[in-house]
Amino acid sequence: MAEPSTPGAAGPVSAEAAYFDAASAEPPHPAARPALLEALDAGWADPARLYGTARGARRLLDRARARVAGVLGARADELSFTSSGTQAVHLAVLGGLRARQRVGRHLVVSAVEHSSVLHAAEAHERDGGEVTVVGVDRTGRVDPGAFAAALRPDTALACLQSANHEVGTVQPVAEAAEACRAARVPLLVDAAQSLGRMDVPGGWSFLAGSAHKWGGPAGVGVFAVRKGTRWRSPLPDDEREQRRVPGFENVPGIVAAAAALEAFRADMAADAARVSSLVDRIRAEVPRAVPDVEVVGDPVRRLPHLVTFSCLYVEGEALLTELDRLGFAVSSGSSCTADTLRPSHVLEAMGVITHGNVRVSLPRGVRSADVDRFLSVLPGAVDRLRRTALDHVETGRRSRP
Amino acid sequence: MRFRGRAKNGAPPAGAAPPPAAEPAAPPPVLVIDALGRKCPIPIIMLAERIREVPVGQIVAVLADDAAARTDVPAWCRMKSQDFVWEETLQQGGWGFHIRRTY
Repeated sequence: MAEPSTPGAAGPVSAEAAYFDAASAEPPHPAARPALLEALDAGWADPARLYGTARGARRLLDRARARVAGVLGARADELSFTSSGTQAVHLAVLGGLRARQRVGRHLVVSAVEHSSVLHAAEAHERDGGEVTVVGVDRTGRVDPGAFAAALRPDTALACLQSANHEVGTVQPVAEAAEACRAARVPLLVDAAQSLGRMDVPGGWSFLAGSAHKWGGPAGVGVFAVRKGTRWRSPLPDDEREQRRVPGFENVPGIVAAAAALEAFRADMAADAARVSSLVDRIRAEVPRAVPDVEVVGDPVRRLPHLVTFSCLYVEGEALLTELDRLGFAVSSGSSCTADTLRPSHVLEAMGVITHGNVRVSLPRGVRSADVDRFLSVLPGAVDRLRRTALDHVETGRRSRP
Repeated sequence: MRFRGRAKNGAPPAGAAPPPAAEPAAPPPVLVIDALGRKCPIPIIMLAERIREVPVGQIVAVLADDAAARTDVPAWCRMKSQDFVWEETLQQGGWGFHIRRTY
């Protein structure tokens, strides 16, 4: 099978380095750049005004909204653009709860949601609300029965991601949506990791996503509210974006995001199977080539591009640094929490090793030769770091200054 | 609900089986490894290195105060087919993890 073209020169991928961190940010899709430049020139005016230039910006914005809504399986008037996926989640959680205050103040979340969901849940709890956290199995998957059982008459909102951002496990959203429908509880689906890569699961009341995960620019998120779902802004009133998101719209960014999403989705429809087979190869080869390693996450019900494994006796950040030196950009479940020095809440909830963790997420058009090279250098990198760690234990020094 | 920065005596993760709350009818450890003040993965490295110092069927305990050890020690036991017996909370802070050597 022919290799698809590699990302454009505008992307962060140099000829030498292999970029394997698409789950943090997909390299800009080539379709985004001309759309962005065109809209910078044609879409700078205030889309809320009535003169010709403003109407032009409004048309660009409306067209982009219709295109994104088409991919999401939403109506254009259900969709608002935010400044990020995190803002979309915050608005969905806090506004969804606020609209149902009279029903109750109980919130249901899974233990492995993105930190934006869990931080919003903490804010709700500080505000006097109640939160039930539904656990996951060893693969990071929520049990739909347990999720359904957590719903109560006073539950105002439930949240479940489409797929996990750290280990790639796809969640049982259809079953959760069915349970929520039966209990008349709105469901927020955080689809940030899967939009453009997999079909959006139906049955959501609120949907959140982020353009830089599908090759669009940073600074654009999507927030959809299903027709008939009650929602009340947790923020001061503002006329923009169906009164859901305050502030002047980033029209050029939104136009570029829409162009990228349509093109990215078409690429994925053609390329996801190839990318997924590369992930299968990593899943099979890593435990064969590296001793004392565990590949985590569901092997089958998973995102096509993402695989995570943990290497015993190695510090995650040291391994990322070593792989960077060898020309691989990868991430770790431990690295995003480095500021707090806490283990990843996802790995902790799964009950798997939290150190020595590497997340490989393959971008559009990834070259299989780069995956081969990764698999050939990984065993040596892990082995070197294990020897170093052993020295540090024996000499009593900390492994990092 | 605290998903990060959990208190030292906080609840175990929602998805994991809670460790036994009280000391079970297990014999005292024949070896205690002091990994207090050491960051993961060092407590795990010390455990893997020294578990062979105790006879098969006997208990080794690891003392650690890096919260990651609460996940990593039971996960290591599962991966290496060792028997995680129980977790005690230490008065001075941190935990003692009791493991029975199975092979």
